[in-house]
Amino acid sequence: MSIAITTQFICFTVLSLVVIIGALGVVLLESIVYSAFLLGGVFMSVAGLYLLLNASFVAAAQVLVYVGAVNVLIIFAIMLVNKKEDLKPINDIKSRRVISTSICLTLLSLLIRVDLTNVWSLSSPQNAIGEESTIRIGEHLFSDYLLPFEVASVLLLMAMIGAIVLARRDVMSKDISTGLPVDQELIEKSSEPLLTNKN
Amino acid sequence: MEYGLDLEYSFNEFLKGFGLSSEIAHIIWLPLPMLLVLVAAVVGVLVTVWLERKISAAAQQRIGPEYAGALGVLQPIADGLKLLVKEDIIPAKADGILFTAGPILVLVPVILSWLIVPFGQNLLISNVGIGIFLWIALSSIQPIGLLMSGYASNNKYSLLGGLRAAAQSISYEIPLALSVLAIVLMTNSLSTVDIVNQQSGAGILSWNIWRQPVGFVVFWICALAECERLPFDLPEAEEELVAGYQTEYAGMKFALFYLGSYINLILSALLVSILYLGGWGFPIPVELIAKFLNLPINAPFIQVFTASIGIVMTVLKAYLLVFIAILLRWTTPRVRIDQLLDLGWKFLLPISLANLLITAGLKLAFPQFFGG
Repeated sequence: MSIAITTQFICFTVLSLVVIIGALGVVLLESIVYSAFLLGGVFMSVAGLYLLLNASFVAAAQVLVYVGAVNVLIIFAIMLVNKKEDLKPINDIKSRRVISTSICLTLLSLLIRVDLTNVWSLSSPQNAIGEESTIRIGEHLFSDYLLPFEVASVLLLMAMIGAIVLARRDVMSKDISTGLPVDQELIEKSSEPLLTNKN
Repeated sequence: MEYGLDLEYSFNEFLKGFGLSSEIAHIIWLPLPMLLVLVAAVVGVLVTVWLERKISAAAQQRIGPEYAGALGVLQPIADGLKLLVKEDIIPAKADGILFTAGPILVLVPVILSWLIVPFGQNLLISNVGIGIFLWIALSSIQPIGLLMSGYASNNKYSLLGGLRAAAQSISYEIPLALSVLAIVLMTNSLSTVDIVNQQSGAGILSWNIWRQPVGFVVFWICALAECERLPFDLPEAEEELVAGYQTEYAGMKFALFYLGSYINLILSALLVSILYLGGWGFPIPVELIAKFLNLPINAPFIQVFTASIGIVMTVLKAYLLVFIAILLRWTTPRVRIDQLLDLGWKFLLPISLANLLITAGLKLAFPQFFGG
């Protein structure tokens, strides 16, 4: 084996292990904060896998969108509402765990079956576009994938308007979560104080 | 435009002269530029810390460090040594793993971003195709490290500082990326080398600052906000938050934050000079000088001359910007958090969007001036 192939193999092994162990940790860990940070690690390793596939633009976009935006927002939200209180115990927790595990395992076996039965047609290394991919992605976004691209932007706009409506309670006269009339003078005031009884 | 020193090629040829295969030569070559850039970054930090002390002293009519070496140049080294030998403290109720990982996550993306900083045609670690986009992506990892250290410290000031830092960098990343996008639109490439080459036509007249004055100002403001320099140093506002997310840190972990913030400042200054001030370009094109001296552009003497001029020009421009940043820090008051977010979302974002739109229009109207 040449040095380049060995390096690639080692990188692939390490990245896949991090993805699998990290993803298991995201699901199985009790602490939601650790789960959120591990999720960031999983996203980073997926970006590393993209890099191994010579898709540097996709890798950078993965880091920017998933790590830099999605994961930061998740952690941000967790920290804003990080109240140190024990959750109420759920009665039938065991049966719920069994059901969710079996559903996950079924999905996994389905994916493995698809992986084994499908014939993956790999383009030869000579046809790899490499650095050209940025241009190619742009061309696709503005030609055959134009409609999905624009629809996605409309979806994001809807989500944004929804978030603004939820955040600015002066639009509504009633608090939608508690049903109490909204204090119009203190729009920024949350219905519950955020940073009390921390200890 | 493919001229200039290619040290990698010469080095590999030199090693092959000893009978080594090209793969082994490549492996021996790989760590050299990385080490060089790391050393350059750390030395740059030492110089910046010294400048900060001296300029702040001048701004406040003091003398500043004076006894450690001539004019106090050894003061930053003394600071570094002190931090190295200080006790490494992890607070009893802090979260040890996250507390340690936080500073590392802050520092590593900043150092990785030096990958794309060119000091000459071939004088950079890697001319990756996604160039400047890589920097934008990497700098978006930093808030995670800040949130992590803010949370792990188990201290309300740290948590507030971390939250502020994350909010600030998310808000200022968008206008920053949009103003970079306007430059990319004019260059037709994301690569930093192409961006500099695009500005090298007519010396100082072809620098992007004349074509993108609005973008330049927006980028500089956002870069300062990303570095948490004083008009925008809310995450560590001393009077409100003790020291923000750094409050509980001591010794080398604190030094990592310190290094990270200064390396980030130098990196931002370098990127401003690459994007808007012609990078390694001399105000008068080197080709003209070579023609004036009647020397071919590929002569070894001219090549060494261009390479050294390139490095000197890049560093000079970057340090001029660092000087401005330090002056700003010691002369401007801090903005409030609502003013900071208002400035980012209600002023810089619309302005940079309009700038992008106008650039696209001008590119269609005058392709010879705004990149075809």
